[in-house]
Amino acid sequence: MNDQTKIDQDRAERTEKLQGMGCKRKRVEDIRFTQGKGSYVDDLKLPGMLFGDFVRSPHAHARIKSIDTSRAKALPGVVAVLTAADLKPLGLHYMPTLAGDVQAVLAEEKVLFQNQEVAFVIAEDRYIASDATELVDVDYEALPCIVDPFRSMDEDAPILREDIQDKMEGAHGPRKHPNHIFEWQIGDKDATDKVFAEADVTIKEMLVDHRTHPSPLETCQSVASFDKVKGELTLWGTFQAPHVIRTVVSLISGLPEHKIHVIAPDIGGGFGNKVGAYAGYVCSVVGSIVLGVPVKWVEDRMENLSTTSFARDYHMTTELAATKDGKIQGMRVHVLADHGAFDACADPSKWPAGFMNICTGSYDIPTAHLVVDGVYTNKASGGVAYRCSFRVTEAVFAIERAVELLAEKLGMDAAELRIKNFIKPEQFPYKSALGWEYDSGDYHTAMKKAMDTVGYKELRAEQAKKREAFKRGETREIMGIGISFFTEIVGAGPSKNCDILGVAMFDSAEIRIHPTGSVIARMGTKSQGQGHETTYAQIIATEIGIPADDIMIEEGNTDTAPYGLGTYGSRSTPVAGAATAVSARKIKAKAQMIAAHMLEVHEGDLEWDVDRFRVKGLPEKFKTMKEIAWASYNAPPPNMEPGLEAVNYYEPPNMTYPFGAYFCVMDIDVDTGVAKTRRFYALDDCGTRINPMVIEGQVHGGLTEAFACAMGQEIRYDEHGNVMGASFMDFFLPTAVETPHWETDHTVTPSPHHPIGAKGVGESPHVGGVPCFSNAVNDAYAFLGAGHIQMPHDAWRLWQVGEKLGLHA
Amino acid sequence: MTKSQIELTINGKKVEALVEPRTLLIHFLREQQDLTGAHIGCDTGHCGACTVEMDDMSVKSCMTFAVQANGAEITTIEGMANPDGTLSALQEGFRMMHGLQCGYCTPGMILRAHRLLQENPTPTEDEIRNGIAGNLCRCTGYVNIVKAIQYAAAKINGTPYQEAAE
Repeated sequence: MNDQTKIDQDRAERTEKLQGMGCKRKRVEDIRFTQGKGSYVDDLKLPGMLFGDFVRSPHAHARIKSIDTSRAKALPGVVAVLTAADLKPLGLHYMPTLAGDVQAVLAEEKVLFQNQEVAFVIAEDRYIASDATELVDVDYEALPCIVDPFRSMDEDAPILREDIQDKMEGAHGPRKHPNHIFEWQIGDKDATDKVFAEADVTIKEMLVDHRTHPSPLETCQSVASFDKVKGELTLWGTFQAPHVIRTVVSLISGLPEHKIHVIAPDIGGGFGNKVGAYAGYVCSVVGSIVLGVPVKWVEDRMENLSTTSFARDYHMTTELAATKDGKIQGMRVHVLADHGAFDACADPSKWPAGFMNICTGSYDIPTAHLVVDGVYTNKASGGVAYRCSFRVTEAVFAIERAVELLAEKLGMDAAELRIKNFIKPEQFPYKSALGWEYDSGDYHTAMKKAMDTVGYKELRAEQAKKREAFKRGETREIMGIGISFFTEIVGAGPSKNCDILGVAMFDSAEIRIHPTGSVIARMGTKSQGQGHETTYAQIIATEIGIPADDIMIEEGNTDTAPYGLGTYGSRSTPVAGAATAVSARKIKAKAQMIAAHMLEVHEGDLEWDVDRFRVKGLPEKFKTMKEIAWASYNAPPPNMEPGLEAVNYYEPPNMTYPFGAYFCVMDIDVDTGVAKTRRFYALDDCGTRINPMVIEGQVHGGLTEAFACAMGQEIRYDEHGNVMGASFMDFFLPTAVETPHWETDHTVTPSPHHPIGAKGVGESPHVGGVPCFSNAVNDAYAFLGAGHIQMPHDAWRLWQVGEKLGLHA
Repeated sequence: MTKSQIELTINGKKVEALVEPRTLLIHFLREQQDLTGAHIGCDTGHCGACTVEMDDMSVKSCMTFAVQANGAEITTIEGMANPDGTLSALQEGFRMMHGLQCGYCTPGMILRAHRLLQENPTPTEDEIRNGIAGNLCRCTGYVNIVKAIQYAAAKINGTPYQEAAE
């Protein structure tokens, strides 16, 4: 073995030992989770702890004539019953929402959606609390309700929000009707109208991204414990953004922020459901403050599905204008957004419709105009980003369905049309017509790799044959090829345009090296299953050369973690991941000075080598990071403060723009409407890859949730505003049997502005997956002249399509 | 409410307790026995997060009263590790194959997989998928859970684990 080989081998061994970026490090979380030793909110048991449960409205819209709590209070074991009358003197019967509206904590004069919170019973155990909810007598006078958002602004529509009836200036500008929330416009209207007036070809379709729910397996829950002597509140909860919750609790309760300890322990999935603040959190806090003992609140599944944070419900009139040969010239979109009874949409404050203006997608569309109208209806409030950055699933669904419809009209292949309109690699950074600056991308390479891998041409040939066979009556099965080429916008975001309740959307990492060279690092984000304890450690390991196994990652405790905005919108890697790298680099810079002192050379004479600084040209003279750590505490250079730690609050200069090419092959039995996914291929480009195993897991999970949304998952209401099927009996969550097999692939186009080039991946598969499934279904029926088929595509609805087309002779 | 006395074995330990007749087994395990590994996900028996082993059967402990467990032998996730405290084949399989993310469904999923492998030590992918159809996972998309169970089956059977062809 020659010297260079030996050096290389030694370096490779030391690199492997670090378990840093790029390796499939096994998750550290799994040691506790596989043994049932995770620590979730409902696992918490405190001395004297009481349980809260809600009395909820059976009506979608009704006036509350009276509430009588006497029978409930008389039940042994019941400690208190809170109503709006108790909260009002404290100013807590309403709470602010992230969207600049207010939301009732406990209904005062009216209820506005079915299952709205009316009273909060606190009892010695959860069974008694539940019993007592049945004993609260509420006298309602039912009122006419609005279920269809297209009726919200009718002249004779009942006014839903009497509390803001006269306030015709909302958080996002003037309101056109008492049931109107906002109108948000972006783009050049006149130029777009002109493009459409002069275009060779246009398409227009109402694309509905229906109401659904993130539905993590663990519902929303909290435990509040107020220490009356110290005046301190500890609040454990299912919080994707614990620091923001602390600020909100401080603002609405009047308790000083330093006397509030918010702790988000292990979280059983979030997917957007656990970003907002809910009545249950507030009531557990009030209960504990009033009674001086801990109060636990745990949602049941029906409460979860019917009250906390629906997603979507976007009704998008989508238009494209193009030349005869398929160059897209303009896009025009009007969205009617059903926000339910309160605008509790979880978006950065300045973005009432989230990042819906990413709707020009992966295409170089020079002119566009988008209008979003938000309206109130008698449904649960929310509008959260269900496994996506704010409203990005909606935006990608609109453009990816629209290009398919355009291809159909032009008689062009849908893949070819996309390629023809892709933003070209040399156009990055690319300024979109609706105001974004895409950081990087190589769409053509990704698309070609995907098409080659799935054998796109062969699939189309097979489909053509099958269609002929179907027409000849030889088969009752039709084949669909779904394509989606999506661009996400994640990592919110730069303070110039992203804040939550005035707090800029930075994120943070604090890294502390102990004398023996092991590490604790704390972030402002909060994992809900993404594996942060594993992956952040990999970033640090690579940056400072300390093995990931010697690095502990801690999140979720607002007393110890630096302030951050939390985990949602795929922002952990783009923002806190960047903070982690920057923070690690600060440590490395100090370590270099210490190493220079130890080796008695100038800093500039040192070079970094995996886990050590060595003297250039003298590889045997080095100091490992571990040695430097010890020295930093015990023998730092003169005039240097001891210790080795750093904190970084990272302000992202831009969002990141992950993208991907997805293909789905589906066979549908027209007689039963049963759709079988034969193949699903997902190519993701999330920039630099930190842990390919974790990425693959994120993609599998996102695709499964996309499959659910596209193929059956829905929160439905009847005409009286009764929520239909808010349990897992009816709400479609795919089991292992229905879920397709997932194939994953990737290309790597690093983000130029991110310290390690990473873009975030957790939500891409959901965003790209939903339109891919819907396109497959639509593609299958296209040759039969079905027109656009709305989601969700469950067997019943697809059977109805066959019925309408006269296929069931 | 009048309480009933029950005697049962949990993870090999004899337990006597007083429970209300309406107390669900999941609440008894979590709140009276401090075994918080099994979780509640749906309240309606669909999600399987509460799955435990009762007398050689998988049961959904949110659909079972504690009094029904009188005289029974119960195994929960807390009793699944090897006697020396190391991870059992299934626990190891879930970790090695990245068969979990948030960890909420995992205890139920592992208990269900345990029963499946007791009844069918060499299941095909289809048999595994059908065998865990009563347990929902929102994070993983199941592909890696299937692999985790295949990994465990191979380890238990002393055969090499081979990743199924895609």
